[in-house]
Amino acid sequence: MSPKKLSLKEKYSLLTRDLEWEYSYRDYKEIFPQEEFEGIKITDWSKWEDPFRLTMDAYWKYQAEKEKKLYAIFDAFAQNNGQLNVADARYVNAVKLFLTGVSPLEYQAYSGFAQVGRQFGGVGARVACQMQSLDELRHVQTQIHAMSHYNKFFDGLSEFNHMHDRVWYLSVPKSFFDDARSAGPFEYMVAIGFSFEYVLTNLLFVPFMSGAAYNGDMATVTFGFSAQSDEARHMTLGLEIIKFLLEQHPDNVPIVQRWINKWFWRGTRVLTLVAMMMDYMLPNRVMSWKEAFEVYFEEAGGALFKDLARYGIEMPVYAETAIAEKEHLSHQAWSIFYNYTHAAAFHTWMPNEREMDWLSEKYPNTFDRYYRARFEHWREMERAGERFYNPTLPMLCQTCQIPMGFTEMDNPTLIAYRQSVFQGERYNFCSDGCKDIFDHEPQKYVQSWLPVHQIFQGNCGGAEMEDVLAGYYRMNLGTDNLDFHGSPDEQRWNHWHNLQTAAEQMKKAS
Amino acid sequence: MTIEIKTSTLEPVRNTYEHIKRRFGDKPASRYQEASYDVAPTHNFHYRPYWEPDRELNDPRRTAIVMQDWYAHRDPRQYYYGAYVQARAKLQEITEANYAFFDKRGLGERMDEAVRARVIRCLVPLRHAELGANMNNVFSSAYGVATVITQAFLYNGMDRLGIAQYLSRIGLLLDGNSGASLASAKEYWMTDPVWQGMRRYIENVLVLKDWFEVFIAQDVVLDTLVYDLMYRQFDEVLTELDGGDIAMLTEFMKEWHKDTSRWVDAVMKTCIAESDHNRETIGSWVQDWREKAVTDLSPLAEIAVGEGALNESVDILNKRLAKVGLNS
Amino acid sequence: MSKVYLALQDNEESHYIVEAVEEDNPAVTVIYQPAMIRMENEGQMVVRRETVEEKMGRDWEVQSIHVNLITLGGNVEEDDDALTLSWND
Repeated sequence: MSPKKLSLKEKYSLLTRDLEWEYSYRDYKEIFPQEEFEGIKITDWSKWEDPFRLTMDAYWKYQAEKEKKLYAIFDAFAQNNGQLNVADARYVNAVKLFLTGVSPLEYQAYSGFAQVGRQFGGVGARVACQMQSLDELRHVQTQIHAMSHYNKFFDGLSEFNHMHDRVWYLSVPKSFFDDARSAGPFEYMVAIGFSFEYVLTNLLFVPFMSGAAYNGDMATVTFGFSAQSDEARHMTLGLEIIKFLLEQHPDNVPIVQRWINKWFWRGTRVLTLVAMMMDYMLPNRVMSWKEAFEVYFEEAGGALFKDLARYGIEMPVYAETAIAEKEHLSHQAWSIFYNYTHAAAFHTWMPNEREMDWLSEKYPNTFDRYYRARFEHWREMERAGERFYNPTLPMLCQTCQIPMGFTEMDNPTLIAYRQSVFQGERYNFCSDGCKDIFDHEPQKYVQSWLPVHQIFQGNCGGAEMEDVLAGYYRMNLGTDNLDFHGSPDEQRWNHWHNLQTAAEQMKKAS
Repeated sequence: MTIEIKTSTLEPVRNTYEHIKRRFGDKPASRYQEASYDVAPTHNFHYRPYWEPDRELNDPRRTAIVMQDWYAHRDPRQYYYGAYVQARAKLQEITEANYAFFDKRGLGERMDEAVRARVIRCLVPLRHAELGANMNNVFSSAYGVATVITQAFLYNGMDRLGIAQYLSRIGLLLDGNSGASLASAKEYWMTDPVWQGMRRYIENVLVLKDWFEVFIAQDVVLDTLVYDLMYRQFDEVLTELDGGDIAMLTEFMKEWHKDTSRWVDAVMKTCIAESDHNRETIGSWVQDWREKAVTDLSPLAEIAVGEGALNESVDILNKRLAKVGLNS
Repeated sequence: MSKVYLALQDNEESHYIVEAVEEDNPAVTVIYQPAMIRMENEGQMVVRRETVEEKMGRDWEVQSIHVNLITLGGNVEEDDDALTLSWND
């Protein structure tokens, strides 16, 4: 007999889908106990379309190839002191925010996808999630390795994981992922697989990583793009799960729509950190947050939701608000961090004249009108030796946990402020989106571990700010925190570069 | 001269991350250390999971085993993701060459009909058991404690999927890609009395809630027995029957089991050495699952190899247990 | 009609893929950004194995595109011969 050639699809089906069997010694529900409680109705897992058809042998082969390339660059970066080639040392603060705020989320994604990779009753979906789990583990580990070299030469990175569990602004990304992981398996997939991976992570990785390249950070751009190559598979999985849920049962449509609304808003709030990284922390700028949002949310997301309209799915409820906020988000966020940088493990600064001009050009409707004068005033204060720090503790939004600093979009001088009462207690929110999320699941969000509340309750090392910052957060005060100007990072940077120049002069002379 | 000046002025301000320094001292760390220690979140979880409201998201109480510090563990292979995929890619490349050789030389067609039938009945159905092993290891990865442990569970889980796929390809090599052997193997798995014990055992492990018990039942007890039975003893039987060519298709499984056993033994040793409580708990799980396995695997052992085969495998299991500090 | 898109790392191998995409999708827009190449097309885009092999002068598996891929937008259909992106409007 001459063996027939199997197509990729047939082969994958025989090698993966066909491994499943119908349980008879134990009940299906004992083996998959989480499949029903969210109200999602699955009638037939066999209708699952595999988003990509990688068998493990191919996975090992391609991923090993990627890793080989990646680590070769890490090695070269370390051997050649690649940190000297970044645009300037302010840039490294974006890396700090990434390692403390984003990398631990990759770890949470590893755990979350392992959970759903065990809990789904269909082998196709399970295996796709398991592969994503493994990829996410890759991402956190390659990020730790890429930044390991920066950690040797810059401050603020060395306690990244301890800080992620405790520090006030890091509770924003942490609570986001805790929220997804504590939900059921289907909500997790809509939250992370679809809303985050498909709709929003491009905004995190693509323009930011392109920016890293533009700022001479070859280690970050390499792990970033290498991680993105897995992301393309993840996005496809995210879209597949949505289509699958919507096709399985009409009752799933309103549940999925509500999750999309919730997670789109949750995600855009987390991406606030990325907005300010792009507009304020990259010395050489590729595109503004606003431009990135237009390409990767308005255009790409618009196409996506048009495609999903046939299932009765609409644009997320607060998409219009998010679109209006693109003009303001990064400026408001940077203001918050500039105010509280004495309590943060990275440095902030006021943009220089050239950078302010760039912001004016990129944000013609808002920057000059609402932000430039304030920023110039802060810059004057700094020049006069009175760098402004806000000594109070901010009130946090009960849902997204960002300090209440966002404004109404129809009046950008008025701080937005919403409230709900639940079981006799008052709760505060930064936006309608965050209030809605709370109102739908108040029992969940009353549990939020709000860093400021926790400090007031004495759960964070003591009553003095120093107990909290140096003790509980393990910040090296005077080193990790405060303005970039005058920081040890800045001093070292200048020292290296002067010396390098001297060394080059000697070389030329000899 | 200039080079010396340059390097001396670029002294790092620290050697590694603080949590790595606290564990291993103030010196440059290995990639395995930085990628594996103190990575999982431990404090201040925001919400109780809907799926288990009496536990935190990451909660050490999901097993009866107690460790003062779960990071006391160390994978002797030092696998972090990059090291893991590169090790598997190497093994995969050799395996691919073996499968291509088997295919090209038409070794499947030349195989004696009785041997082929025996492989389809006794070996190929294991692909379903491997899917169970995949789910069990992913379970322990998802609900276990400490990256140093949980990452290895995920590697193991994905390896098992890979092995299930290689076993399926053995079937396809024997049926000329028609899939007929896979259909027969599945029929055996579902209805043949020889396989029902094994299937029952796997399904019983799939409902366990304690991730360490899952590890004992699957990776320690069942795998030690099955890998000895099928990839050593059954392999010898096939060689005697002139079906030794199959051995080139199961080389991956043998190499893999050798590799993973180093890690399994290390996990056992560390937990058992920690306390009497752990030793007793693990001991009672082992006893329980070994007893079930002996009952459940007997029919397969007898048909695949012959009488006394399972006893040999049990001896190997007991020796292995004694080596990690568990005397029966 | 919505645009589908595909972004690749800017390297030697990607250049052949871009060439192949340009040949098979004459309306495609190719945008070079720092370290990446982004390709956009209205409605649909196809990366054909045969064309890429012709450009590279060697065998090429469709799945190996993942090694150089950064991101994509659109419904994905992947088989032995091609990777296709599309929106249904």
